[in-house]
Amino acid sequence: MLDLNDYGTSDFFQILKRRHPELVAMSNSPDVVSSAHSSASSLRSYEGTTVLAVVYNAGVVMAGDRQATEGYQVGERRIQKVYPVDRHSAIAVAGAAGPCIEMAKLFQVEVEFYEKTEGMSLSLEGQANFLSHLVRSNLGLAMQGLIVLPLFAGYDLKRQRGRIFKYDAVGGRYEEDDYYAIGSGGKDARTTLKKRYTPEITRQDALEIVAEALWDAADEDIATGGPDLIRKIFPTLYTITEEGVAEIPEATVEELYRELISRL
Amino acid sequence: MSTPYYVSPEQIRQDKEDFVRRGITQAKEVVVLEFRDGLLMVAENPRKTTFKISEIYDRIALAAAGRIAEYEALRVAGIRESEIKGFRYYREDVTAKWLTNLYSQHMGAVAQAWDAKPLEIELLVCEVGTTNAATNSGAQRNQIYHIAFDGIYSEEEKYAVIGGRATTITEILEQNYTDGLEIAAALQLVTETFRTVEADTEDDYEITAETIEVACLEQTAERRKFRRLSTEEVATLF
Repeated sequence: MLDLNDYGTSDFFQILKRRHPELVAMSNSPDVVSSAHSSASSLRSYEGTTVLAVVYNAGVVMAGDRQATEGYQVGERRIQKVYPVDRHSAIAVAGAAGPCIEMAKLFQVEVEFYEKTEGMSLSLEGQANFLSHLVRSNLGLAMQGLIVLPLFAGYDLKRQRGRIFKYDAVGGRYEEDDYYAIGSGGKDARTTLKKRYTPEITRQDALEIVAEALWDAADEDIATGGPDLIRKIFPTLYTITEEGVAEIPEATVEELYRELISRL
Repeated sequence: MSTPYYVSPEQIRQDKEDFVRRGITQAKEVVVLEFRDGLLMVAENPRKTTFKISEIYDRIALAAAGRIAEYEALRVAGIRESEIKGFRYYREDVTAKWLTNLYSQHMGAVAQAWDAKPLEIELLVCEVGTTNAATNSGAQRNQIYHIAFDGIYSEEEKYAVIGGRATTITEILEQNYTDGLEIAAALQLVTETFRTVEADTEDDYEITAETIEVACLEQTAERRKFRRLSTEEVATLF
């Protein structure tokens, strides 16, 4: 039966929590937290790692490797860590793979729900703030080791530039002006970005340093997957500009890596 | 305690229907028709932000004639239920048939309640099919469901019309509709039909890009098939 009582809110997360609490693993439900005597990190679950974003002169590039690990084993070789959110934003996730994918999906639905019910898009700043609430809602699971850390990037139509937001485990939201990388290989990727990044960088240069940063992360960090030329698995790269979110075709990414390898 | 007067169920139903008909006959029309790339929806609506046609979910749109406020509540409820279902299961599990049943149950219950007035609206729930529906057995055809104020619904093919002069417009479309129209030709067919009908009425409502609302569900689009055409786009198609 159709329930018209929820009319006033454009917040899908709130509606879902009230109507279907069983679908929201990440809420600060005290019984979930207290009943877990052993840390959930002792469970075997998949972990996703390195994702990054770089601001360039027409917007922002967002990328992630494709590997998920299960302890010292490869759990999954083709996992997706970057998800378009609306026409001008995307989210990348690092941490416990299951809750990560769930958060990205919920966030995407939230933003689209707002847009459809209100008849206009939620501002980039509004999206970044909302994501902060989602991360904080995951605190209970994070305390048990199922941490989700997103990186959020988008093209701000009002300010006419690409923007990047990073988060800490308790929902703190921080803006980065030029680039950032998170996940187990994040530090290695940041080192490359720090050396190679210049303000007002072009699209092509941005794609190249992103590919290189992920290469270096995979080189130093065992949990980060590099380009797999035999299975044809490559990192996913997206550009976000005034025209929208576009995935870089796999052939172009392969070309970037063949070029990079030839220079090594 | 006083004994209530006996009123026959037929009489109650007739009264409610007369009440709604009086409202609906005033309502401007909305037309949905199948064209080459999907479904085209056109409404006589000079307003720029209060729409009669809107996006519900990936492949589904909703159009209404009648009271905007009542439509608005159903529109938002439809989006909400669709998003919940899609989140819980899978996006493709959200279908126009399911949504139509949901609306139908609600409108039927309101129309039958002794202490509520029936909703003074008619709805069209539309779902765009997949490409090559005619040749590929696994593919989906376009679907159009027409829901009356009392929740009774029917499945329509090729085109459907709601609003005061729906019967007249349907008759004109019956003569002029052909399969596989391009978007510009389909739009022209609808606007010409509106003009013919408007010519017979006293108020001189002029059909221009400014006074109609146009949207479409396109098979070839990415996940979200719904697209609202701007006034400039409509003017170009004219």
